[in-house]
Amino acid sequence: MTPTRKSAGSPPPRKGRGRTDQSHEAKASAAQPGGGEAGKHRMLLLHEMLRIRRFEERCVELYSAAEIRGFVHLCIGEEAVAVGVAQALTEDDAIVSTYRDHGHALARGTPAESVMAEMYGRATGCSRGRGGSMHLFDTSRRFYGGNAIVGGGLPLAAGLALADRMTGRPRVTCCFFGDGAVAEGEFHETANLAALWELPLLLVCENNLYAMGTALDRAQAETDLALRASGYGMAAWSADGMDVLAVEHAARMAAESIRAGSGPHFLELRTYRFRAHSMYDPDRYRSKEEIARWKERDPIDLLAGRLRADGRLTDEGWTDLERAVAAELDAAVAAAREAPAEPVGDLLRFVTTPSNGAGEGASG
Amino acid sequence: MTVECTYREAMREAMREALRADERVFLMGEDVGRYGGCFGVSLGLLEEFGPERIRDTPLSESAFVGAGIGAAINGLRPIVEIMTVNFSLLALDQILNNAATLQHMSGGQIQVPLVIRMTTGAGRQLAAQHSHSLEGWYAHIPGLRVLAPATLPDARHMLAAALADPDPVIVFEHGSLYNTAGALDPGSPADSAAADITHAAVRRPGTDVSLVAYGGSLPKALEAAERLAADGISAEVLDLRTLRPLDQPALTATVGRTHRVVVVDEGWRSVGLSAEVAARIAESAFYELDAPIERVCTAEVPIPYARGLEEAALPQAADIVAAARRTVG
Ligand SMILES: Cc1ncc(C[n+]2csc(CCOP(=O)(O)OP(=O)(O)O)c2C)c(N)n1
Repeated sequence: MTPTRKSAGSPPPRKGRGRTDQSHEAKASAAQPGGGEAGKHRMLLLHEMLRIRRFEERCVELYSAAEIRGFVHLCIGEEAVAVGVAQALTEDDAIVSTYRDHGHALARGTPAESVMAEMYGRATGCSRGRGGSMHLFDTSRRFYGGNAIVGGGLPLAAGLALADRMTGRPRVTCCFFGDGAVAEGEFHETANLAALWELPLLLVCENNLYAMGTALDRAQAETDLALRASGYGMAAWSADGMDVLAVEHAARMAAESIRAGSGPHFLELRTYRFRAHSMYDPDRYRSKEEIARWKERDPIDLLAGRLRADGRLTDEGWTDLERAVAAELDAAVAAAREAPAEPVGDLLRFVTTPSNGAGEGASG
Repeated sequence: MTVECTYREAMREAMREALRADERVFLMGEDVGRYGGCFGVSLGLLEEFGPERIRDTPLSESAFVGAGIGAAINGLRPIVEIMTVNFSLLALDQILNNAATLQHMSGGQIQVPLVIRMTTGAGRQLAAQHSHSLEGWYAHIPGLRVLAPATLPDARHMLAAALADPDPVIVFEHGSLYNTAGALDPGSPADSAAADITHAAVRRPGTDVSLVAYGGSLPKALEAAERLAADGISAEVLDLRTLRPLDQPALTATVGRTHRVVVVDEGWRSVGLSAEVAARIAESAFYELDAPIERVCTAEVPIPYARGLEEAALPQAADIVAAARRTVG
């Protein structure tokens, strides 16, 4: 018999902050009543999730039609994470994202038109055609990019938080990353630094159980990620990443606590991607049954079901929602198709700051 | 007013001035605070500016360099110190994939006004993992500016210009230069001209051969020029100062004056900075050349510990003299 390496319970809190909390889901669902303002808010959440879902479904079509190219990573199935977390942040807060960034950007408020134009590599794209699907940037909304180095955004986010802390600005920096990133040194270096310096950093781990084809338990010695993060002396929570209300609730609690000066928080959101890792992935590493089981907990169906039960959502209401989303996306695609390409003559722009003379042109 | 000081003190004074002048500036790195900097450069700054601004970090090169990038994006002006270029490889991801790249990937939305200082070079019998000269690797990367101050005025003044640069700047301080002492006149126009971070500088004019050097190799090139003068060979010494972007006109101009070149580089010869300099001269001034371009570089070995081996591996004044003689035939 081999002894289990998993610790039986939560570790004792350090600095009075470390703890794991598994009971969020229940609290979250109970937190808000169905009608009134809360009901309106839930309709908004539904709308936001549907926008992301339909946006990405369009991406599949456009990719198949070879209108958009490159690595395209979809977050279908994970919309509740993007939307729930975004709702818990203010305009002043910052987000650092990964290559799976469409949902984060859209939930943050970057217009679908500007994201779609970026997918087309257009001059009107949110990164002027230099970034593509994996590198969406929108600094006007403090969206500091899709980072395609696994774990690469974490130190950067710590620095954003450090600057806020040093200047006394009550802002939160939120960094999204996958379960795979927890194996990278940059996660551990950043967790240590953030806890040591009590940075206003919200670490959001989208645990979709796979890093490309590698299942969590084939990559990590301890699969309880919140437990590991709490080892750095920070508050660490887990929540149901398929339930947008649970996500929002957990993210709000964490963000409020960070704003109140309690240092970094780690939030593990248990979710699942319904589609392959990227457009190139034949998805052979998991069973159809497993995918089907998770689809029963589709975050959009889950919330729509609740709203129907509450009488907030009717068939007609649903049709209206779909129609509004479709109209927005039709317009975004049409605009992207029409938009001018970034001129090749501008190839060397944005390498260094204009007139700084450090570009290749200047160095002859 | 002229002051006697060392390269180390000149660098410290530059940081002190920057910290006083702009409250957004802070220094962060391993042992920059309580220890006084692993090479003593930041000694005393903690007492003056406190632990928020002279910030000791854990041994986490990737995290604190990345944090410097994030802080720069978010309104601060960090100076990040990495003990040596050897250890910067643990942060190479952040430097190349974030600092150098974010402006471009974001279509111009993000600037990274960050200064990273690190030591480089051999000569103190520290063996391979503490002695390499990898500044050429950084000079390879678009989006970065790479500086190699070799003189006291450059050590004193380049930092301010680096901090004023809206883009990431890497400053390489050759470890053997820290104890170099001399006179500095911070008010003099000649000294403040060192704030230039774009141009190479002719450190000694000459007519027969150009010795192109930078950083820790500059004193060796000057010594070689002295010896050559004794033989009646007039060597011009060009200090590159800025390794990226290279001052192409200065390279063309010096060859126009001397028609012979020796490139001195403590990096390895293969696929290195000296190859780039030689290629640029061949591209821009081929017909000015009266002799093949000579290169004096580090032997193609990891730097050895033993004194004799280390000396043999590194470019020395005698090697430069020999190379220069070959060019004049
Ligand atoms: C440093 C690094 N190593 C490897 C890769 C290739 N890669 C891209 S995504 C990925 C899996 C990451 O999985 P996870 O962090 O769980 O995020 P998810 O894709 O599941 O959202 C890998 C290995 C990379 N981009 N960066």
